[in-house]
Amino acid sequence: MQQSNLYILIFSVALTVVLGGLLSIAAVGLKPLQTKAVELDTKKQILSSVMEITPEMDVIGTFNTRTKSVAVNVEGELVEKDDEGATIVPEKINIEKESKKDSENKVLPVYLYMNEKDTTKVEAYIFAMFGTGLWDKIWGYVAVAPDLTTIKGISMDHKAETPGLGARITDKEVKDRYKGKQLFDSNGYLVGIEMKKGERGDPSLFNEHEVDGMSGATLTANGVNEMLLKYIGFYQAYIDKVKAGETVALN
Amino acid sequence: MSTETVEQQEVQEVEVKETESLLSKRRRKIMSDPLNDDNPITIQVLGICSALAVTVKMMPTLVMALAVIFVIVFSNLIISILRNVIPNRVRIIVQLAVVASLVILVDQVLRAYMYDVAKVVGVYVGLIITNCIIMGRLEAFAMGNKPWDSVLDGLGSGFGYSWIILAVAFFRELFGSGSIFDFKVFEAIGWTSYQANGLMVSPIGAFIILGLIIWVQRYKNGYVEH
Repeated sequence: MQQSNLYILIFSVALTVVLGGLLSIAAVGLKPLQTKAVELDTKKQILSSVMEITPEMDVIGTFNTRTKSVAVNVEGELVEKDDEGATIVPEKINIEKESKKDSENKVLPVYLYMNEKDTTKVEAYIFAMFGTGLWDKIWGYVAVAPDLTTIKGISMDHKAETPGLGARITDKEVKDRYKGKQLFDSNGYLVGIEMKKGERGDPSLFNEHEVDGMSGATLTANGVNEMLLKYIGFYQAYIDKVKAGETVALN
Repeated sequence: MSTETVEQQEVQEVEVKETESLLSKRRRKIMSDPLNDDNPITIQVLGICSALAVTVKMMPTLVMALAVIFVIVFSNLIISILRNVIPNRVRIIVQLAVVASLVILVDQVLRAYMYDVAKVVGVYVGLIITNCIIMGRLEAFAMGNKPWDSVLDGLGSGFGYSWIILAVAFFRELFGSGSIFDFKVFEAIGWTSYQANGLMVSPIGAFIILGLIIWVQRYKNGYVEH
């Protein structure tokens, strides 16, 4: 059966219109649910740096009652409006996009995890991070105690690290290695925390600026180290200001 | 007299054909063949890429299996309904367009309702478009058969693919992570010192298990490569 070119053309156009139409309807119809799912996922990740997330937990509720958020630039100043004058919602900041901007234009979110009883007291400052692992992007949140140097917890995720090797950055066991480590030395100089090469299994072998590595995933670990140091660097001005007692303005 | 009986017989035959039960022997065979004797993965060796990629854990594997079954059944149905109007010269593109649309639909639904799973299987759901099993069934079956038969064929191939990847995932998750559907099996039976097998987590583990399954199956069925 040989059809004419016109028939083929009409058929193709009709097919494209029908399929394209169906997909557009589906995409538009599901958009609100998808946005909600992404929001839930982000809040889950932020909270998981300071607490254990259980499946039964009301993540959005906990997030809304326990955290406050601000957006800051690399000068440590609070930023409320973007270039076009629209109000910035820190939760909606796309860290990946910010990571590509020049550092003076970056706007980064800070989440303030408040004390359960005294809601004016900050229990942890949660900073966002973004970097590159071995295969693709990695990102995470690091929660720092009110002294602004001791790590309270960290949460990390990745797009395509090797399962069982680099993908272990999402494991509780690996993330727990960061707890109690120090970002700054006693002189207030930013040192960061280095995940070492190899895996020795004994936490006592490492000082307060080092954590045990992941066997077979040194390149992912290097990415994590770089990401942590770089982003704490971006936040350093803010951290210094908070330490000096300035701009802890909460809204 | 004699001609009349012949005619009657013919009529009867036609009637039998028209009222072929929805699950007649022939149709059951269409469905059951791909489960074992003509399995898309182990015999036809199609769809291996995704069988390696998504089978680290049971949950994403199950979602992937359901997604493939959905896509293969509906693309078979749609192509079979359209088979007489699809211009022969662009049929592959038409098949591809139908499959791609269904796959994107699955992806969008997953993103809305099962975001956690979508993050894990996201890339591979997209790759269902290029899953050879689906294109193979469309080209080999749906283009030449009626809709209901095509649906059964899709179900057969879909389940044939699914049970294999689920079997692979079962062993990979059990030995690679010590769990089934994230339930820690070894810890539950009191073996807390179980050392997870890293080989099972990497794609090589899937190759090994797939090879073993093929071996056992061919030993049992006596299938020999021609």
